[in-house]
Amino acid sequence: MKKITKYVLTDILRNKIIIGYTIFLLLISLSLFNLEDSASKGLLSLLNIILIIVPLVSVIFSTIYIYNSAEFIELLVSQPLRRKQLWSSLFIGLAGSLALSFLIGIGIPVIIYAATDTGYILILMGTLLTVIFVAIAMFAAVFTRDKAKGIGLSIFLWLYFSLLFDGLVLFVLFQFQDYPLEKFMIIASAFNPIDLSRIMVLLKMDTSALMGYTGAVFRDFFGTNTGFIIAIAILTGWVVSVFWLSLRKFNRKDM
Amino acid sequence: MIIANNVTKKFGKLIALNNVSVTCNKGECIALIGPNGSGKTTFIKSILGMVVPDSGFITFNGKNIIHDWMYRRHIGYMPQIGRYPDNMTIGQVFNMMKDIRSVENSKPVDESLTRYFGLDQLLQKRMRTLSGGTRQKVSASLAFLFDPDVLILDEPTAGLDPLASEILKEKIKSEKEKGKLILITSHILSELDELITHVIYMQEGNLQFHKKLSDLQKDTGEEKLSRAIAAVMSKKQ
Repeated sequence: MKKITKYVLTDILRNKIIIGYTIFLLLISLSLFNLEDSASKGLLSLLNIILIIVPLVSVIFSTIYIYNSAEFIELLVSQPLRRKQLWSSLFIGLAGSLALSFLIGIGIPVIIYAATDTGYILILMGTLLTVIFVAIAMFAAVFTRDKAKGIGLSIFLWLYFSLLFDGLVLFVLFQFQDYPLEKFMIIASAFNPIDLSRIMVLLKMDTSALMGYTGAVFRDFFGTNTGFIIAIAILTGWVVSVFWLSLRKFNRKDM
Repeated sequence: MIIANNVTKKFGKLIALNNVSVTCNKGECIALIGPNGSGKTTFIKSILGMVVPDSGFITFNGKNIIHDWMYRRHIGYMPQIGRYPDNMTIGQVFNMMKDIRSVENSKPVDESLTRYFGLDQLLQKRMRTLSGGTRQKVSASLAFLFDPDVLILDEPTAGLDPLASEILKEKIKSEKEKGKLILITSHILSELDELITHVIYMQEGNLQFHKKLSDLQKDTGEEKLSRAIAAVMSKKQ
């Protein structure tokens, strides 16, 4: 497995898009920290960009990469290798290189300008989101043979998690505003990794005071150490379960 | 060595393999013959585990291949259309395959075909710049590289120039004499005459017959494989 991971990693790290993505993240974070007068304001602006761009780039790059490696996959499937090894190597290679880009592009500036708890949580959440969306991309890519459909599916999943999900939750909130929905909100947030990461970072910021009553409920639940561990467990669960689903599909796939 | 038991595979409504049962033994050189779309490649791919049958099972040396993956180290496979990562060079592809198969294979690699084809002069060339014939040469060299016990060749000479296909045929003959199991599909029946010992004839996913070449010649009264197959096909209609 190490050998194949090595081939995948060297292939991706030479890719110009990955290098461009790293430089782009680096430019954004450096300029934001220099534009805003305080580091915590910089972090807030950075958070909003991370929650949109990092999942989008991870999901699209990974989907396209999986489709472009069709030949590589086909070549190796006929060799004495476990399919599980091959698929895991692709996952580790993609997640590893995209996470590395993120850590260089966002992690280093954050450590330089805002080495606070909030900063570290931001780095942790961004890395987890990267890995989750790589798994989602591999799920979308294994599902259909058609490249256009696969990329469409992964963009739709991104759109769902970044926009549609919030819309649905808001709709439910307005429809049932006469009922207590605090528990529902906490459970709902577990079904969207982007929302959960946003909550985790915002809770560490002063702005969480602006989130009103629901914010207080979130603070009660996720603000504690147990809540933090639960949140990390949920996000890890996302990685494991989505990757497991894609692996199961890949094991039965006809080449 | 390879036993397929009631293997069935459907792609949607199309039945690619219908209850195919075959036994292949060491030392045989088997021709898989049939019209286009008769399920030859699907059968080969299910032996390699690239296609998972809907029902039935395949064993390799007595082990079910679903639970095993190491068995593939005994197989050299030359696909019908060799597809390789575009931005790798020929040398990198060879090195990667040697790297992957090195752990379990202590046997020295057999690079004779690479040399005969003159691929050792082209190691720096990227796969995407290669012509179809050169790709076929790469596929053939990879199939023979690890001196496997079983060779599975899907249309080996399609797209090769006469010189290269002669070299390949000589190589197949010499491997056959070493007592290996060889499975070949081809539409050029005349070139199979001197190579094969057995014939499997498939049509629309069904196995029509699996015979020794000598029996087939006796049954049809034809000496040439192409005429014998033609005789069988016309009798069926």
